[in-house]
Amino acid sequence: MNLRRDVFQAIADPTRRAILMLVASQAMTAGAIAANFNTARPTVSRHLHILTECELLQQEQTGREIYYHLNPAKMKEIADFIEPFRRMWDDRFSKLESIMQQYKDK
Amino acid sequence: MEIKTKIHAADGAQELTITRDFELPVHLLFRAYTEASLVEQWMGTKVLKLDSEPHGSYRFETTDPKGNKHGFHGTIHAFVQDSSIIRTFEMENAPFGPQLEFLDFEPLTGDTCRLTMHVVYRTAAIRDQILKLPFAQGINMAHNRIQELLDTKSNP
Repeated sequence: MNLRRDVFQAIADPTRRAILMLVASQAMTAGAIAANFNTARPTVSRHLHILTECELLQQEQTGREIYYHLNPAKMKEIADFIEPFRRMWDDRFSKLESIMQQYKDK
Repeated sequence: MEIKTKIHAADGAQELTITRDFELPVHLLFRAYTEASLVEQWMGTKVLKLDSEPHGSYRFETTDPKGNKHGFHGTIHAFVQDSSIIRTFEMENAPFGPQLEFLDFEPLTGDTCRLTMHVVYRTAAIRDQILKLPFAQGINMAHNRIQELLDTKSNP
């Protein structure tokens, strides 16, 4: 089964990653998503199709509108969200350490 | 390179723990948290206010590369010199609300020490959102770079 590989291919594209980030904060319609990009609307639709197909996005019908929202379970599978957070703290603490080591030597 | 900072965040919990060992005596690590000029250096932020005492408070402000200012503030609930700080932390103009932080400073040897940061959020969902922020920023930066490239190409 190559679904998992497909998910990785899906997030390899920068526009698709940007779409995921947009939808991460709130569910959006295709039109609202497309408004954030300079690319043609059909191109954005194709990206949405791919993201939905590999289950990173889920569609939800509200009245006449179809909203796209993030599927957190799937996102968790593909990306270790904690790593950039850890790295941010690690960088800060390393800076603290080197500043205070110099401070000690003064 | 060795990974020095460890994060423990159990699935579905509203808290996390950050642990880091330092090649510093504990009093110097503690000082890095209590002296405004030092906080400014390692946090990369402007310290508008920092009263390091029980019932004290603090307010920091960072400026991002676009020139936007972001404020952070909190109240210091307990303060034990070279040993512990209990405080709240809140990002201004963000939907997350305050978080409660228990900072424990512990000597390992005369020259090394350990910081344990136990952070409690209002809900597990908020914790996960905050955990994702640096990830989202990374994606955003990648996207901006691509956008710049595209803009350059379309305007030769």
